[in-house]
Amino acid sequence: MKTITVNGNLIEWQENMTIDIILRIMKYTFKMLVIKVNGELIKKEEYGTKNVTVNSEVKIIHLISGG
Amino acid sequence: MKNDYIRNTLESQFFTKHNPKILPIIRKATVGIAGAGGLGSNVAVSLARAGIGKLIIADFDKIEPSNLNRQQYFIEQIGMPKVQALKENLMKINPFSKYEIYHSLIMEDNIPDLFGEADIMIEAFDKAGMKKMLIETWIQYFPDKPIIAASGLAGYGKNEIIHTHKFDNIYICGDEESDLTNGISPMAPRVGIVANMQANLVLELLLRDV
Repeated sequence: MKTITVNGNLIEWQENMTIDIILRIMKYTFKMLVIKVNGELIKKEEYGTKNVTVNSEVKIIHLISGG
Repeated sequence: MKNDYIRNTLESQFFTKHNPKILPIIRKATVGIAGAGGLGSNVAVSLARAGIGKLIIADFDKIEPSNLNRQQYFIEQIGMPKVQALKENLMKINPFSKYEIYHSLIMEDNIPDLFGEADIMIEAFDKAGMKKMLIETWIQYFPDKPIIAASGLAGYGKNEIIHTHKFDNIYICGDEESDLTNGISPMAPRVGIVANMQANLVLELLLRDV
């Protein structure tokens, strides 16, 4: 099985996998996120277009109001 | 002369509980704090007591009565810019450190100027969008300097799910799930816990090679 890791969890990789697809698979619903793929910051405009390649390490940080 | 003597004596007494191995590192450190509300005011008080040499604090707000349920201010300071009141309070706790304050809105453009000197950055905003903006800006300008943010601290209780989560040089303190919805607002104990986790992590990172 071809995979990527998302916050340490191994998930199955698929062709043309974008950040939006990963967020759906992970059921991440918070709106404010900081996302890095292989250490590189991904801007919100790229969530639907940037292809995440096989074996990538994806880190998704949820930012929740309050302070 | 006499005042200098009293000041120096008091200063050395202030630090007598510190391990002499770590004190010079703490006194040399500069920490940036973006926001002086529930998180920022508590982080600042904690780091001032810990003896961090210099704090750079920026915030745009003035103190409102509703802030006093969790922020380190007093009734008579209502209406003052938070940063000004905070400096006043920090000077009463530890006048031996430096406090550089900016009563200004923090934006992408001014972050490098305001906080570039900091060894470690603390995200202490209220709004998620501002948290995101600061973290993204910081890691682009200063990828090698840690940023410690807070996410998920509204409400009360649930001690067992508060944690620190490391993503490269970004650290998140909080439960990463408690949102502000349904009238659940931040309260002193939980905000204080998370703010002190941020402050505690500052010390850990500064002293990791000791």
